[in-house]
Amino acid sequence: MSVNVNVTQEEEQNVAGEHPKPVLQGSDVFIQSLQNEGVEMLFGYPGGAVLPIYDALYKNPIPHILARHEQGAIHAAEGYARVSGKTGVVIATSGPGATNLVTGIADAMMDSLPLVVFTGQVASAVIGTDAFQEADIVGITQPITKHNYQVKRVEDLPRIIHEAFHIASTGRPGPVLVDIPKDISNEVFTSAEIKATELNLPGYQPTTSPNFLQIQKVAQALQRAHKPLILAGAGILHSKASESFVKFVENTGVPVTNTLLGLGSIPGDHPQFLGMAGMHGTFTANMAICEADLLINIGARFDDRLTGNLEHFAPNATVVHIDIDPAEIGKNVHTDIPIVADAKEAIDSLLRLEMNKLAIEPWTTHLTKSKAEYPLVYSNESKKMLPQEVIELVHKHTKGNAIVTTDVGQHQMWAAQFYRFNHPDHWVTSGGLGTMGFGFPAAIGAQIAKPDQTVVSITGDGGFQMTLQELSLLQESQIPVKVIILNNQCLGMVRQWQETFYDKRYSESLMPSQPDFVKLAEAYNIEGYKVENYHDADELFKKVFSSNKPALIDCRVEQMENVYPMVAPGKGLHEMIGVKG
Amino acid sequence: MKRVITTTVINQSGVLNRVTGLLMKRQFNIESITVGHTEKAGISKMTFVVHVEDQRKLEQLLKQLQKQIDVLKVNDITDKAIVTRELALIKVLSPPGVRSEINSIIEPFRATVIDMSKNVITVQVTGDPGKIEAFIDLLKPYGIKELTRTGATAFVRETQKAPAQQLSIL
Repeated sequence: MSVNVNVTQEEEQNVAGEHPKPVLQGSDVFIQSLQNEGVEMLFGYPGGAVLPIYDALYKNPIPHILARHEQGAIHAAEGYARVSGKTGVVIATSGPGATNLVTGIADAMMDSLPLVVFTGQVASAVIGTDAFQEADIVGITQPITKHNYQVKRVEDLPRIIHEAFHIASTGRPGPVLVDIPKDISNEVFTSAEIKATELNLPGYQPTTSPNFLQIQKVAQALQRAHKPLILAGAGILHSKASESFVKFVENTGVPVTNTLLGLGSIPGDHPQFLGMAGMHGTFTANMAICEADLLINIGARFDDRLTGNLEHFAPNATVVHIDIDPAEIGKNVHTDIPIVADAKEAIDSLLRLEMNKLAIEPWTTHLTKSKAEYPLVYSNESKKMLPQEVIELVHKHTKGNAIVTTDVGQHQMWAAQFYRFNHPDHWVTSGGLGTMGFGFPAAIGAQIAKPDQTVVSITGDGGFQMTLQELSLLQESQIPVKVIILNNQCLGMVRQWQETFYDKRYSESLMPSQPDFVKLAEAYNIEGYKVENYHDADELFKKVFSSNKPALIDCRVEQMENVYPMVAPGKGLHEMIGVKG
Repeated sequence: MKRVITTTVINQSGVLNRVTGLLMKRQFNIESITVGHTEKAGISKMTFVVHVEDQRKLEQLLKQLQKQIDVLKVNDITDKAIVTRELALIKVLSPPGVRSEINSIIEPFRATVIDMSKNVITVQVTGDPGKIEAFIDLLKPYGIKELTRTGATAFVRETQKAPAQQLSIL
C-alpha cells in the first residue's frame, strides 16, 4: 500500500508532453493517506489553518460530520471508536480549534480510545512568534496523548499519518495528535518514492502474546483456589474478546465482576455475573473482592474508584493481572502473577488449556445467595418519578440491546447499575476522566458507526447543557439518537456529596433555572417531550423507541435521590453504606 | 533512594521535553540530567539521577519511560559497576596570599585552572559526583564566587563483577 502519488515513468513522459503534471499538495497527500488508512468518517470543524485540508476534502470527499464545537467533534469520534473498534479521526484548526479538543484528547487517553487527531498549525515560518491563532498544541497535549507529532517536511506526511494510525490502534489504544502547519498543507509534494507502509518506530513494539509459563501459573492458581474471582475490564472489549471470555468463564465456573468500563464483556443477566464493582458497585461484587483468594484482573487498571482504599483491597487474594500495558501492572496493586498480553490472546491461551469446571461450589453458592439477598434496589417514597425507574424503562423498551452513552455523575452510575447490557461494545461512558458533556456527542458518533441500532444518550440536565449545541446534527445528518435527560434540576452527584460529606451545604449545585428542553428540541427541529411520572414515561418510551426519528425527552425526576450503595472516598470496599435489602 | 537511570532516545525535537514532562507528571524529582549524542547518528543518551521512594515507584518510572515512543532503551544502572563522571566549573577567590594553598588542594583532585585574574581563578574539575562534592567543600572556605555543574553522565563498565539483579519488566 503506497500513497497514490507515485508518478510512473510513462506518466512522466506524458506529462512532459501535452498534459500538465497533476500538482499534489500536502493537503491532497493528507486526504489520500486517510483513504489509504481506510478512514470512512471524519469529525471536524474548519478554520484558517486547515483551509487547504478542507479544500482538498471538497475535491476528494470523505464523509465528514460538522460538529458545532470541536469538543463535540472529538467526543463523537470517541463514541464512534468505542462501538466500532475503528480509529476515530478528528480535524480542527490551530489555536482555539486545537485547544477545544484538549478535554476529548485527555478523555480518550484515560479510557484508551483509538483516535487520530489532526490540528492545523500556523505556517512554519511564524511558529513561535505568537502568531494569530497559534497555540503550542504539541506541547499542550504531550502528557495526554499516546504520542504526538508536528510535521516539519511535507515528505514526512504519509509516514507520520501511517505511524499515527498504527500507534493509536495497536497495543493499548490511545489518542495520537498530528499538528500540520499550513505551509506544509500547501506545499507541493515532490517525493514520489515514499511508501506509506514504512513505519519508523524502533521504540514501539507492544507485546501482545502472553508468556505461556505465566498462563500455566494462572491455571494452577485457579486449580488451587477456593474463592476465585475475575475482574473484567475494558481491555476485553478493546480486544474483542467477549466471546472467548464468556466461554472461559462458563467452562471454569468462576464468578465475574466488571469495572465501569468493562460492562458488557459478559451479559448483564449472566448467572455468574455479580454486577459492577467499586464505589457504586454491588454489595456482592465488592464483598467478593474482599473475600476472594484469587483475583484475576483482565484488562482493567485498578482505578481508585474501583479499588477504594488500597490497604483494604483484596486482602486475601493472590493477584493475577493481565494487561497489554506493562506500566499498569504493579502500579496500584501488588501483582503476584503479571501477564503482559492482549486480553484476547491471553484468554485464548487459557482456553487452550481446556480447564474443567472448578470445584468451588461453596463459594459460588455463597455468592448466588448474596446476590439474591442484596440486589440493587431503590424505594420510591416520593411521589415523583425516580431516575432508576427511567433507566429500567429504557431497558424495558430497548430490551437491553441499545447502545447507551452517558456523561459522568449520578445518571451514569444509575445507567451502569440498572441498564443490564446484553452485548459488548454497547456502553459508551466517560470513565477515567469523568467528562460532563461527553455522552450526547458520543451518542452521535456511536449512531454513525451503527446506523441500524438504537442509541440512547442518557444524560443529566447539567452535562447535557455543556454540549447541547450538537442537537443541530440530529436533524441535519438524520441521526436518530434518543436523548433521555434525567432532569433533577441539580448537579446530582455534587449535590449528593454535599449532602453526605458537607452537611447539606448545597454550594452552587442546584440549577433551578433551565431552558425549556421541549422548546429547545423543537428549535432544533426534533421531537421534544417532557414526562413527570412513570406511567407517562412508559407510554412515551414505547412510542419513541419504536420510531426511527431522533427525540429528546426531559424526564423530571426526584431531586434528592442518591446513588447507593456507596463506598465513601478513602474507605475500603468492605465499608459500604446504603446497602439495602 | 537515589537512582542513576540511562535512556537511549531517538533524537527528535521535543524528546527531552517528553522525558522530563513525564517525570513531572508522575511526580518524580530529578536531581540532575544530562543529554548528548551517542556513537549512532540520530540517537541520544540521557543520564539522570532521580529520587524515588521505593522499588514500586522505581519500577513504575522505568516502565513509564519505556512506554514513550521515542525512548528506545531504559536502564537503571545504579547497582551495576559503572563509571560516573561530572564536570564542575568553580570560580573561587584566590588573592596572591592563598593562591599556593589553593593550588595544593587542586593538585590531588587533578583539577585544572582554566582562567585566572588578579584575585579570582576558575577551576575545572571532573570526576564522580562524590569527588566533586568533596572538592567544592574544600574550596568553600576560600569563597566560591560562582559554581556550575553539568550533572552526572554514566556508563556501565565492560566487565561486571556479578550479574546484576534484573528488574522484572515483563
